[in-house]
Amino acid sequence: MSTGTPIAETAGIAAPTGSPGLIQEPGTVTAFWRRLRARPSAIAGLVIVGLLILMAVFAPWIAPYDPTATDWGNVRGSPSLAHPFGGDEVGRDVLSRIIFGARASLGAGLVSVALAVSLGLPLGLLAGYAGGWIDGAISRLTDALLAIPFLILAIALAAFLGPSLVNAMIAIGLSATSTFIRLTRAQVRAVAAEEFVEAARAMGNPPWRIAFVHILPNIVPAILVQATLTIAAAIIAEASLSFLGLGQQPPEPSWGAMLNTAKNFMDQAPWMAIWPGLSIFLAVLAFNLFGDGLRDALDPRQRA
Amino acid sequence: MLRFLARRLALAVPTLILASMIIFALQQLLPGDVATALTGEERDPQVIAFIRAKYHLDQPLPVRYAYWAGGVLRGDLGESIRLQKPVSKLIVEKLPVTLELACLAMLVALAIGVPMGVLSAVKRGQAADTVANGIALWGLSVPNFWLGILLILLFSVELGWLPASGYVSPFESLSENLAAMVMPAFVLGNAIAAVMMRHTRAAMLGVLGSDYVRTARAKGVSPLRVTLRHALPNAAIPIITLGALEFGQLLSGAVLTEQVFSVPGFGKLMVDAVFNRDFATVQGVVICTAATYIALNLAADLLAAAVNPKLRRA
Amino acid sequence: MTKPLLDVRDLAVAFDTDGGAVHAVNGVSYTLHEGETLGIVGESGSGKSVHVLAMLGLIPRPPGRITGGQVLFEGRDLLALKEREIRKIRGGAIGFVFQDPMSSLNPGMTVAAQIVEPLRIHLGLDARAARARAKELLDLVRIPNAGARLDQYPHEFSGGQRQRVMIAIGLSCRPKLLIADEATTALDVTVQAEIVALVQELKRELGMAIIWITHDLGVVAGISDTVQVMYAGRILERGPVDDIFSDPRNAYTLGLLRSLPDLSGGRAGRRRLHQIEGAPPDMRHLPPGDPFAPRNAYATPRCRAEMPPLAQAPGAAPGHLVAAWYDLPDLLSREAAR
Repeated sequence: MSTGTPIAETAGIAAPTGSPGLIQEPGTVTAFWRRLRARPSAIAGLVIVGLLILMAVFAPWIAPYDPTATDWGNVRGSPSLAHPFGGDEVGRDVLSRIIFGARASLGAGLVSVALAVSLGLPLGLLAGYAGGWIDGAISRLTDALLAIPFLILAIALAAFLGPSLVNAMIAIGLSATSTFIRLTRAQVRAVAAEEFVEAARAMGNPPWRIAFVHILPNIVPAILVQATLTIAAAIIAEASLSFLGLGQQPPEPSWGAMLNTAKNFMDQAPWMAIWPGLSIFLAVLAFNLFGDGLRDALDPRQRA
Repeated sequence: MLRFLARRLALAVPTLILASMIIFALQQLLPGDVATALTGEERDPQVIAFIRAKYHLDQPLPVRYAYWAGGVLRGDLGESIRLQKPVSKLIVEKLPVTLELACLAMLVALAIGVPMGVLSAVKRGQAADTVANGIALWGLSVPNFWLGILLILLFSVELGWLPASGYVSPFESLSENLAAMVMPAFVLGNAIAAVMMRHTRAAMLGVLGSDYVRTARAKGVSPLRVTLRHALPNAAIPIITLGALEFGQLLSGAVLTEQVFSVPGFGKLMVDAVFNRDFATVQGVVICTAATYIALNLAADLLAAAVNPKLRRA
Repeated sequence: MTKPLLDVRDLAVAFDTDGGAVHAVNGVSYTLHEGETLGIVGESGSGKSVHVLAMLGLIPRPPGRITGGQVLFEGRDLLALKEREIRKIRGGAIGFVFQDPMSSLNPGMTVAAQIVEPLRIHLGLDARAARARAKELLDLVRIPNAGARLDQYPHEFSGGQRQRVMIAIGLSCRPKLLIADEATTALDVTVQAEIVALVQELKRELGMAIIWITHDLGVVAGISDTVQVMYAGRILERGPVDDIFSDPRNAYTLGLLRSLPDLSGGRAGRRRLHQIEGAPPDMRHLPPGDPFAPRNAYATPRCRAEMPPLAQAPGAAPGHLVAAWYDLPDLLSREAAR
């Protein structure tokens, strides 16, 4: 997913019909863990994600050099014992920049998706549960946002907001919001039609209580899966924006921006292009693996 | 069929109008005075006054939108401040390049994704399925601008087989045009191929488990014919409609691919405009992208209807 | 009704699932003669459909698996045939009619294309001859204006007509055996009667053997020579149709008969409809004895411990076989005496 379209349909998540109380049922969480553990690829994804997060958090302690310190003796330096990943066009240590670059990538992935969920979830809940003109208005807005391809919208937003990592996160988060509105709405409508919700309504529960106590917990799994897969898309999107010069600004390290520079030195210093690309690939792969495993483990259709 | 078309069109128009409002409203995000921002580094008060009048900046937002939308409907997308050309003219120049790239990429995606998805569904749970799923996961995870760089490293820098960048019009030289487009089309098609593979696999699995496939097998039809004649045509409808959603990704991906291979298309126009703070061009490109995306989805809906006998006769 | 056409010997089928193997068919043996109509009755999960599908390699493998047995069709073991060879029998010498005519016909192909297929595969007809034959077949199954309807799609036919098309496909190559799997279940009652009547007429015309699989004893009574009752992948009782209805020897058969509304005896003759208590067994962990024992009020300790063999029922018509450790007529007469 080189441009990272976080379109819900791609994720293929089943509406949680037929499985009321997916979370509330006793033992489902344990059962879920058992199913997740049975998928080695999902566990591999989870482990890589964990390692990358540790790398980002402890970057100052792990990185051998200051990621922004230039060293004229190491300009486009070939990989060596001192600089295992080589040096870049102004002699910065590529390994250290890769380690620090994880902060921009993972940070952008997590922050933008958190933004998209915190906007999309309430709006989708409102649209799906309130119905009527509110649903109509929110749905039309979602359609219109989805009509603008994800990265194009993010680029346009980043262009108008001005280039910076924070603005890139906002742009990606806003662009991904429509996916979560649509998914939440569809899930809410599926769950709201279930008998246990009818029962809760018949017992005189107020709408807000039904929405938060009875519906929300049941749509969490699908949102979680989509969020994980969207983090993968957002990491690529951040790398894309940084590659275009609309994300992290130099000299701060970002994998996408490193690739942008590397493009100009391909014939002389190919390592400048190999490592950042590999890092993006690995991070995205890890989230995709974990997201796919999560979906399979949560998918009610796969249960015997 | 006609009624179906009309209904789809009736849904697409308001969506496009709302999208244009959103795109127009992006202006409001510009820090500081819009007129100053629109002129970029220009500080000549006369120019700013001219811009202010031209874009009706003293009017409230809805009125400004009405002026702008009226222009868009007449094909007037404004003026590129940097290039001193009408935006619509720039787009008309660049659009064919991107469309060629997108079509070739879609071809690559279909040629790789559909057979792989069919194979993996037929061989479900077997080694071929695992391999195909692995390839799809790779395709979904590899950033296409990086893949582009790697291909340039291999085929242009190391082997010298293909040009690393540039674009030749197919009317000038078809062979040179294709040589220049091979790598970009593959890079752009690669990710879509992975998505297509997944859609095809899912659709085929559904169809292969259906009662009429069992009927076909009970008639003594060979597995190959069951797959190609009985299953695949029925899987085509979801493949087409879900595949159409990937046009968005195709257009998004084109921006990066064109950047990597210096293909002078839509995406390159947009990125250059972003850096030149040429906002009229950015808006123009985005609205045209949205319109193209909606039109392509509409076309896919029609195609899906055409292969569906229930709709064909209706 | 002389030569054996189909000889099923100890057929067993299992499906592998996450929760362990599901033993769908557990040692089914019977013989079907030329021209005979066999009605197989049982609820869903009884193995009645699965065992015929498995015979012809029509269950998905994996997860399905044939774990034992032989199926001799005209002396050849179908289970030992290669895929290529069994394909020549499927749709040729053995025709199929499936349950839901809505989903069993390909929605994307015209009716002609679907009827023509087996004709070209098995009879080697050219396109023109096959089309002419397809029209004859539609006439045969009494679809009016057949010529004009050949190029229509399944959704343009009514449910009953679709089932007629299915029958035309099943009969297209003049099979020696027609297997009808719940062929009338999805249809309205009046349409059901029409289809049953049609099959009976066609049988008189064409003389093929029929295996009619259903959960509806009423349909079986009207169409079969022999009835076979299946439960949990086993045959519990089998015999001539009149004998099974008048003199059931297995408690499960009795339960099925009692759940059938009896409309013949007028108001006074009606009895309360019975329902068989309990649920079918977990096919992953079958009880050691008679699978019906846990739901059977007449079950003896031996029933729970040991599976009774399928053997001639004492005092019943020849060929009336039952698997039961208890003597049902005896128990019933004692019950009546009380």
